Amino acid sequence: MNVVAALVAVIGMVILVWLGVGVLKLYTLFGVVVPYAAFLTFLIGLVYRMVNWAKSPVPFKITTTCGQQKSLPWIKHSRLESPANNFEVVLRMALEVLAFRSLFRNLRADLRGRKLYYGSSKWLWLGAILFHWSFFIILIRHFRLFSYPVPGFIKTLDAVDSFFHIGLPHLYMTDVAILAGLTFLLLRRLVDAKVNYISHASDYFPLFLIFGLVISGMLMRYFLRVDLVSVKELTMGLVTLHPKVPQGIGLIFFVHLFFISVLVAYFPFSKLVHMVGVFFSPTRNLPNDNRRVRHINPWWEGVPPKFLTYCEWQEKFKDKLEESGQPIDEDCYEKKS
Amino acid sequence: MALPKRDELLKEVNYDRMPEKHWMDTKPEFRPGTYCYAGEPEVVKDLGLPNPRKWQPHDEDWKLPENWKEIVLNAIRDRMNRFRSFKLFMDICVRCGACADKCHFFLGTGDPKNMPVLRAELMRSVVKGEFTRSGKLFGRLAGARKLTEDVIKEWFYYYYQCTECRRCSVFCPYGIDTAEITILAREILHEIGVNIDWILKPVRFSAEIGNHIGLQPHTIKENIEFLLDDIEEITGIRPEVPLNKKGAEILFVTPSADFFADPGIYTFMGYVLLFHYLGLDWTLSTYAAEGGNFGFFTSHEMMRKLHAKIYHEAERLKVKWILGGECGHMWRVVHQYEDTMLGPAPKNLEVPKSPITGTVFEHAKSTKIVHICEFTADLIAHGKLELDPSRNDHLVVTFHDSCNTSRGMGIFEEPRFILRHVCNNFYEMPENTIREKTFCCGSGSGLNTDEYMEMRMRGGFPRANAVEYVHEKHGVNHLACICAIDRATLTPLMKYWVPAVSVGGVHELVGNALVIPGEKKRTTDLRFQPLKGAEEEA
Repeated sequence: MNVVAALVAVIGMVILVWLGVGVLKLYTLFGVVVPYAAFLTFLIGLVYRMVNWAKSPVPFKITTTCGQQKSLPWIKHSRLESPANNFEVVLRMALEVLAFRSLFRNLRADLRGRKLYYGSSKWLWLGAILFHWSFFIILIRHFRLFSYPVPGFIKTLDAVDSFFHIGLPHLYMTDVAILAGLTFLLLRRLVDAKVNYISHASDYFPLFLIFGLVISGMLMRYFLRVDLVSVKELTMGLVTLHPKVPQGIGLIFFVHLFFISVLVAYFPFSKLVHMVGVFFSPTRNLPNDNRRVRHINPWWEGVPPKFLTYCEWQEKFKDKLEESGQPIDEDCYEKKS
Repeated sequence: MALPKRDELLKEVNYDRMPEKHWMDTKPEFRPGTYCYAGEPEVVKDLGLPNPRKWQPHDEDWKLPENWKEIVLNAIRDRMNRFRSFKLFMDICVRCGACADKCHFFLGTGDPKNMPVLRAELMRSVVKGEFTRSGKLFGRLAGARKLTEDVIKEWFYYYYQCTECRRCSVFCPYGIDTAEITILAREILHEIGVNIDWILKPVRFSAEIGNHIGLQPHTIKENIEFLLDDIEEITGIRPEVPLNKKGAEILFVTPSADFFADPGIYTFMGYVLLFHYLGLDWTLSTYAAEGGNFGFFTSHEMMRKLHAKIYHEAERLKVKWILGGECGHMWRVVHQYEDTMLGPAPKNLEVPKSPITGTVFEHAKSTKIVHICEFTADLIAHGKLELDPSRNDHLVVTFHDSCNTSRGMGIFEEPRFILRHVCNNFYEMPENTIREKTFCCGSGSGLNTDEYMEMRMRGGFPRANAVEYVHEKHGVNHLACICAIDRATLTPLMKYWVPAVSVGGVHELVGNALVIPGEKKRTTDLRFQPLKGAEEEA
């Protein structure tokens, strides 16, 4: 049900583009208005999201410590897993964001009879790395469509990515990798009983959407061959704010453009914000220096705690204290008089 | 509610078989042994908490206040505004499932709602369904639902089936911490009077008397005298335990279970022997007689209220610094909350400095509170203790990292360093079950009550399983830990799963090994168990 709904939504988009561009010839709508609107939604939505998170304070320093604390000088502390200062936090975050450190720890638990076994389970990490890094490199590669002249590093990236010179045009490694990653992530959701059980339609939707995006892109490059000069005319028009839609770009391009538009517009309002959210995560982005550096909670600062004070307690148990020979604090009475 | 036999308990558990029905359509079954009893009306009233009434979770009608829904929605909104963690964790989960089989309650029950991702989703779905447009529009497709009384019952069932151990947050690629969600969910449930007795009674005792079990000052002293009698019988020495002594250098705070409950008392005996050996200028307070804090399992406000007495007492007694005993959640509170909620520390406190070695504990320079294992490890490293580890030769020891001190503090090496010096037979459990990946005892966060025994045995199963492994491989017969709740709950857990294994604190083993000038030849350990070799001699 969830899978079907997500798939139908993505197929629906193809039909929509076919109707809009192929039949009704709404080139400006799909070539200019939708991309601009989507990009604006992305920017405004993302800023809104970040401001909204930032508006709530971090009342406590709740670092998840995954390694030895910094305590006695002769005990080696874990700089990456239990960072003791902000520099080490940056290192921890970099490892998390660039190499998916926590996912790399993943284990698999198996119950046989009444014995539990744990095995290393790096597949999810591998699938996630393949997907995210390929996506990122593909995105960078696309800047050749939005720049003139094309910067050298993008040309280099392009050359490296198509290094093996398979087919013509040369096959990008990242195209293969992202398909592999996506397929794994999708199959895992479908096949693994636990992950299947927790998946919403909104978990399948972005997967299908990105699948559509990648496949339409690959179709364009390797099979249906759109007119690259016209495409660049359009993309350069968009970035230079002089949008115009040249004639004769294939329908497949508009499908691709629509998918990316939907993806970026959907981004700030969905789980995809994890990309930005991870930087805000208080269990990862704070140092484990709690006893050395005081953390301020804005809604408690200056608000004294209410509790049973010693003198109140002493009044309550005075007899018991005297009987058992425990000292009575005379200061409690001096203060009163 | 007889507890099923050890070999029967997990028969139905299968991590790869999920229910046919969508999780939003399944309801919890309040079966005896799997939930805790509700807070009694007088206790709730005494604490000034809302909606005191007689009710039980297995009742059909929970007698919620009329406007319960409004209260809950406002409470959620309020927590979103006060806790970035909560707001963020509601937004960024991608349901990758990395956490799914990391929770000890999932591993012990196979119940999908014990997968941390779904536990959080119980709350997230309501946040989506009640507060977001997309949730209202797409409903279940977006994982959204409305808040109903059944949801409240489900929250109660599963947020009291989480021990706030944070194991899932180690594996989460975004560091989503279910403990944080559970803590706030419990806080929210308190606002409509949904609570448990086992947490609220200790909270009331702590608020009114000063410690969880309601020990009054004279009883504390009597209990300590009994322990000193035992120490005298075993060692021939009678150390002094100064109470409420003004001007002492160090205030020692430990969970109250250490001065009255087996096996915590042996740990306490270990502390006392150590302090005597060192000639430490210390004091115990019968007012600040509790390091543990069940307020932490109630609400942030309650945690603060119960914890305030420690700095207050340190100020009154004019001590120089505070030494904290072996306790898990006490140390989560001391390490990650104390300075923020009650600091800056009173002015009479100084940066802790060991009077024996001169080591300055720079890492605690703001809170002025040092963990006893840090203190003792430093002593051993400086060669200040004469130790005879052979006195622990009757024990083959493994070490259980407590959740709170592991994932909320990072104290891994200090206790191990001590153990390697006080006993000859020390073996680690498998690496995926220790340190930051350690498993909870299954009864933390205020769930160590008897009516909950089946769930405790299930939740503790992964821990017990790892102990059983080293028991079979190395003949381990003793499980050392640095947490009072562990000492209390691992004991029945071992009795159920691995009966040959006893449980105790690290400083109990220090107490056994410490060679004290003027003591008589020891023939037993602090539990009156014969030392290895002593039997043959006798």
